[in-house]
Amino acid sequence: MAETASPAPQAAAQPSIWRIALRNRSVFWGGLILVIIALIAAFGSFFTADPMDINPMGRLKPPGDFGLFGTDQLGRDVFSRVVNGARISLTVGTAVAVISIVIGLFLGLVAGYFRYMDAVIMRVMDGLMSIPAILLAIALISLSGATLLTVVTAIVIPEIPRVVRLVRSVVLTVREEPYVEAAIAAGTRTWLIMLRHVLPNTIAPLIVQATYVCGSAMLTEAILGFLGAGIPPEIPSWGNIMSEGRTFFQLTPWIIFFPGAALAVTVLAVNIVGDGLRDSLDPRIARTMR
Amino acid sequence: MLYYIFKRVLMTIPVMVIVALFVFLMLRLSPGDPAAVIAGDYATAEDVARIREQLGLSEPIVVQFTKWLGQLAQGDLGTSIFSNKPVAELIAQRIEPTMLLALTTIIFSVLVAVPLGTLAAYRAGSWIDRVVMLFSVGGFSVPVFVLGYVLIYILSLNLKLLPVQGYRSPFTEGIGPFFAHITLPTLTLSVIFIALIARMTRASVIEVLEEDYVRTARAKGQSEFKVLMRHALRNAAVPIITVIGIGIALLIGGVVVTESVFNIPGLGRLVLDAVLARDYPIIQGLILFFSFIYIVLNLLIDLSYSLLDPRIRY
Amino acid sequence: MSPILDIRGLTVSLPKQADRPYAIKDITFSVNAGEIVCVVGESGSGKSVTSFTVMGLHDKRALTPVAGEILLQGENILNASDAKIRRMRGEKMAMIFQEPMTALNPVAPVGDQIGEMLEIHTNLSASKRKAKVLQAMRDVHLPDPEKMYHSYPHQLSGGQRQRIVIAMSLVLEPVLLIADEPTTALDVTTQAQILSLIKELQERRGMGVLFITHDFGVVADIADRVVVMQNGEIVEQGPVDQVLGAPEHPYTKMLIAAVPSMTPPEREEVTGETALSATRLNKQYGHKGLFGGGRVVDAANDVNFIVRRGETLGIVGESGSGKSTVARCVMRLIDPTSGEVLIGDTDIATLREDKLRPHRRDIQIVFQDPYRSLNPRRTVGQSITEGPVNFGVSQAEALDRAKRLMSIVGLAPEALDRFPHQFSGGQRQRICIARALAMEPMVLIADEAVSALDVSVQAQVLDLLEDVRDEFDLAMLFITHDLRVAAQICDRIMVMRKGVVVENGPTAEVFSNPQHEYTKALLAAAPGHGTFDKESA
Repeated sequence: MAETASPAPQAAAQPSIWRIALRNRSVFWGGLILVIIALIAAFGSFFTADPMDINPMGRLKPPGDFGLFGTDQLGRDVFSRVVNGARISLTVGTAVAVISIVIGLFLGLVAGYFRYMDAVIMRVMDGLMSIPAILLAIALISLSGATLLTVVTAIVIPEIPRVVRLVRSVVLTVREEPYVEAAIAAGTRTWLIMLRHVLPNTIAPLIVQATYVCGSAMLTEAILGFLGAGIPPEIPSWGNIMSEGRTFFQLTPWIIFFPGAALAVTVLAVNIVGDGLRDSLDPRIARTMR
Repeated sequence: MLYYIFKRVLMTIPVMVIVALFVFLMLRLSPGDPAAVIAGDYATAEDVARIREQLGLSEPIVVQFTKWLGQLAQGDLGTSIFSNKPVAELIAQRIEPTMLLALTTIIFSVLVAVPLGTLAAYRAGSWIDRVVMLFSVGGFSVPVFVLGYVLIYILSLNLKLLPVQGYRSPFTEGIGPFFAHITLPTLTLSVIFIALIARMTRASVIEVLEEDYVRTARAKGQSEFKVLMRHALRNAAVPIITVIGIGIALLIGGVVVTESVFNIPGLGRLVLDAVLARDYPIIQGLILFFSFIYIVLNLLIDLSYSLLDPRIRY
Repeated sequence: MSPILDIRGLTVSLPKQADRPYAIKDITFSVNAGEIVCVVGESGSGKSVTSFTVMGLHDKRALTPVAGEILLQGENILNASDAKIRRMRGEKMAMIFQEPMTALNPVAPVGDQIGEMLEIHTNLSASKRKAKVLQAMRDVHLPDPEKMYHSYPHQLSGGQRQRIVIAMSLVLEPVLLIADEPTTALDVTTQAQILSLIKELQERRGMGVLFITHDFGVVADIADRVVVMQNGEIVEQGPVDQVLGAPEHPYTKMLIAAVPSMTPPEREEVTGETALSATRLNKQYGHKGLFGGGRVVDAANDVNFIVRRGETLGIVGESGSGKSTVARCVMRLIDPTSGEVLIGDTDIATLREDKLRPHRRDIQIVFQDPYRSLNPRRTVGQSITEGPVNFGVSQAEALDRAKRLMSIVGLAPEALDRFPHQFSGGQRQRICIARALAMEPMVLIADEAVSALDVSVQAQVLDLLEDVRDEFDLAMLFITHDLRVAAQICDRIMVMRKGVVVENGPTAEVFSNPQHEYTKALLAAAPGHGTFDKESA
């Protein structure tokens, strides 16, 4: 009827998600920065001093002769510690994003498609959401001991509800689509409907969500380290470096500023990629951007 | 309406029980003997036994839970292992700075973020929009404590505009000192909030501006400013309020960190002291307390929807 | 006398990536005082762009007027300042829209929304404003204006909301009213009332009306003059009798010929075996709350029918009549509250999903919205073969079947590799029909299957449905709100209202000798009743 029936102008072939994404400028530049940071994280330690190397003669030195980013209270090279810290941050960020998306996707699909599971899962998620993430993580870590694994677990748990909610809302929308009803009418089994018709619709929003989760996980990891409740203090994560810099902050602000800047740039790059992906992959928001 | 309020209040009960259950299980299901973990590495056998007794860990798990739930229902959040004071009392002692910091942050953030987001939405795609969005992405990316230190470094240490750290109560030490000390923490904590709210305001207003009734308002000859105020913003309010509600969890996390940076003797400091002392009843009590606040605030926000949108009637 | 609205050589360009350079090209026509000019055309004809450009409400990021002028009482709107245009809106020209459901601000009382017009353009006091608003509400025959003044839009029906919008647009007595498909979203009986209201107000005030529509029935009922548009250009214009009675342009002729006649053709009674029957079918929505809250809606109440092979049963009704609920119950897309649904000899009304699945192949459906009926991520071939493969047909055989069906529905078999977005709405409906046929069903349900299509495409898809019914000896359940369509394709008709069947009989009988008051009202309200049916009878 009227104008509603006019076909939307679309390209002839369906380009893949990644092709669409990379055409976006934010995704490209943010991604490039991330690749560089990842390369530094992977290979940087081959070119820097040992981050554990103590130098009693060069303690609390400003950036310059004793290293690009100065030294800390034990005379360790802040630059090499920051380079090594990148690996921890990226590992935690990626691990948390992947794990929470996988678990959240599963729970969200179940909650969205099976009415009788919905109420139970969503009440549990409501409960989890009401617990401040940082407190939850602190409690979990203080109980089970600080290791990389417990830190990742502690950050994953509070991230799950948001993923579940997102997936569930997509499922609830998609299951009303006539093409899903047509598949039901065609006798397609429920798990196949989920796989073929529902799941593909969750991928784009989940990729976007994964970037945001990754960014916030890196921040949380740093905060936990800073509060002294994160990864064991001897590991030079960005949070731990900054935590140790607190005492001498008025004297040697660089010990906090350099890892802080590294963290901010990394998270910023991740978030910019996320925004770019959202604009290019989520058609509803993209429409309002034009 | 009354029926709905009643129903909504009832619905929060299972959520609170789930939170309680979660907190309860966290201690019991953690690897190793929780009493030993809490007692720490240098504890004697008596210490461990005392803690086990105090936490009631020797009874069957179902009995433990129902007992504990009964205590909670009466407002008993447990007793600190080290100071032997009721957790509720400890919370009451430390609550003022935390609540005031949260309040100033929310007020300041909303005052800044809603106009910014609306402006960005109205000029979607322009340079103003880009600046607001860039600020918003940046706000999400800088860790709260780094921001705090940067602000201290610039405003307090270099420009000597504001005190470095500490807290002054407005009730006992006067409004002036209170604001002097609360300004930096508020600024610090607000950045991520402004980012969050501005972003949601922008998205929500952009969506509303596409609606038919906005076109109708324009067809009446209404000016753009009034179209924004009378038609767009009122209709965009529900998602904005919702995000503020969800953001409260984020705010609480931020408060803990900010208090630590600025040396404010609030609940955040209580948490950290408890973590260092492995005073698990305090951590447990605080989690329950904060969840309770979150659930109640979000319940109120939920109920306020009917004031904002007449279509939502209960 | 000079016309109120004079559009001369108006051309509006589209952005570069669009499929054509101009939304409208070299449009020239005028609207005089006291006359209704209908601009009629199919989707993409540019009729709405024309009306929005006059109001200055076109999407300024995409559409740019590049040539011509729009003169409102001699003043060129295209050169006027924003402030000037804002003043003209409401005072000199006003607009009513297609969707009364969304055209009003949901969070403001309707009285205030009418009053806003006076607030913007006059200095009247609050009490005078209110008096004027109430008068405007009385003028559009709204019941109990004092009370309705404080109502919110969601508390009013579609027809009432459209009356509010009309009251709002006319409160300042503009000289030009632009109506963009104002009745398209309304039920047929409401549509008739709104059309007569617009005509009444136009005659009383002597204003000019620019009326945009796709429906020749509406044109016949309301127009003084007609402008026919196709692909952004005017192909024909003239007085209504001339254009409808003796169209000159082939496109106009084709459009008028495609309007289905209200007179059903002679049909023989079908005597095939019964394929589908429903007995005492009920569907209730909602349930009593724990404390007596909540309410129950009877979406379908004691519905009984049978459909034989080779026969089409039409279920006709307005929105909320329960016609789609019946279709969805019969399909078991929703579970009926009680009653029997027999397919062949099996009662499927209460079967569990795993027991039901083998019977699903016997009953298939074509939905209303061609844009959402096919999974956009799967090729047409994948969509068509999905069902047969579920029932053990080999991939190769299913593909063979799909190819045969594609040619039956009039599409190239090679197109199986393409994705849905590469097809037009009508083509997608053909694909959906092929998908349904691939299951080799006994029963085919068409749920408003042609309602979203342009009239010319609609006629072709109707023909196709009739052809496949005969070729495959299908029992067809045809759900529609459109009496014209029902007259053409159905052997028998059931009229539903608020979940209840009020009339039931052979199509010719129901149309020529309706028994129930509601059926009579529906028939009388069908737009263009007098004009089209004399000739085609």
